[in-house]
Amino acid sequence: MFPYSFTYLAPSSVREAVELLVRHEADDAKVLAGGQSLIPLMKLRFAAPGYLVDLNTVDGLEGIEEDAEGLHIGALVRERDLERSEFVARRYPVLLDTSRVIADPIVRNVATVGGNLAHGDPANDHPATMVALGATVVVEGPAGRRMVAAEDFFHGLYETSLGPADVLCEIRVPRPSPSRGAAYEKFERQVGDFALVGTAAVVEVRDRHVADARIVLTNVGPTPHRSRDGEAVLVGATAMDETFWAAAQAAASALEVYDDLRGSAEYKRRVASAITFRALRRAYARAIGADGG
Amino acid sequence: MMSEAKRNGGSSVKTTIKAHVNGEDREVEIDTRMILAEMLREQLRLTSVHIGCATGNCGACTVILDGRTVKSCSVLAADVDGQEILTVESLSAGPDDLHPIQEAFVENQGLQCGFCTPAMVLSSLKLLEQNPNPSEDEIRHGIAGNLCRCTGYHFIVKSIQDAAHRLATEGSAQ
Repeated sequence: MFPYSFTYLAPSSVREAVELLVRHEADDAKVLAGGQSLIPLMKLRFAAPGYLVDLNTVDGLEGIEEDAEGLHIGALVRERDLERSEFVARRYPVLLDTSRVIADPIVRNVATVGGNLAHGDPANDHPATMVALGATVVVEGPAGRRMVAAEDFFHGLYETSLGPADVLCEIRVPRPSPSRGAAYEKFERQVGDFALVGTAAVVEVRDRHVADARIVLTNVGPTPHRSRDGEAVLVGATAMDETFWAAAQAAASALEVYDDLRGSAEYKRRVASAITFRALRRAYARAIGADGG
Repeated sequence: MMSEAKRNGGSSVKTTIKAHVNGEDREVEIDTRMILAEMLREQLRLTSVHIGCATGNCGACTVILDGRTVKSCSVLAADVDGQEILTVESLSAGPDDLHPIQEAFVENQGLQCGFCTPAMVLSSLKLLEQNPNPSEDEIRHGIAGNLCRCTGYHFIVKSIQDAAHRLATEGSAQ
């Protein structure tokens, strides 16, 4: 099928992209990054932007760099490049966990990290991980540049902090700390599917106890779902399987999920507890350096 | 999200892009709204590029763009200006001159209807380039972007294992 007609625009800078988005806001101007969600949506005619502002023609959005602040991921970094970064594998393995389960390897050659966040689809995987890591999103808009915490970024189905003329430029992930480990687990019916449920888990360990934790789930609501019920079971408890199971179960029973074509609510809760348990256990192994790399 | 202006049809905007396709420089006039798969099939008559689902799921439209497999049904033609494109037509001049991967698919019954096959061959090419001796698991994950309705994948996996062997021992046919 063919998209509705649109006008294609190719800016050479983010500033120019913002100006074009402002100018054509009334005609539903939309940013094009990897296009792996947007183009199929346009071909199904579920999306019909009058203007496409192509970020692929803008330089400077494809870097992966670390500094004293942490990791800077350009919005146009392709999932495959994140996946293949040895550096990311060593220092931020949870990003690899997440990238690796997005869609399929061909889509990942083109799909971008920025797009996975900006699209606001609750089934996308990076949002939960970024919320769990306390990441920040850098947005360029008509009023200039601003930072938005990942946990404040997702508002609802296809709704984020991005206004119609905003461009997501970069994602910043805080530096890892030696006593902290993070992992992402996803359950899908087949490779390439969206998650039935996914869990990003971060644990901070001190003296064999969980000093701090974050549990954030994918695709159990309109936005990434932070499970404070699960976290409450963990914080202060001894770091061991029984604790992780209890936390996973608490997280799962508190979920407001509904029957759909991926499964019944009961099934989703069961899978959620198993996936959450696995993510916690792996995050813990990384925190104590016992995961073998 | 849909305004009247769009329903009445935006005007066609043409542009010319230059891409290096199957080893040749090509200049192609496209509508800026054109999808890469359409450009390859309609403008360049590279009909090995198949459109299975048109929504980026099946991978039958897979081509190699600047050294990476992409689903050409989900890439704008406007975005390939200055880039290198390979389709399966680049792998052999004809049935008597098959690439080792193609030979392996023939010998191992890696196809039935053949609709997914050009894409499968290109994905295999890239997979084996990056991982010349993949395990079965790595093969299955490597072709996860290409759906096949006929074979159940078993003989495709065998074809790729055989192709790996052929490439290792005989080298490329080219």
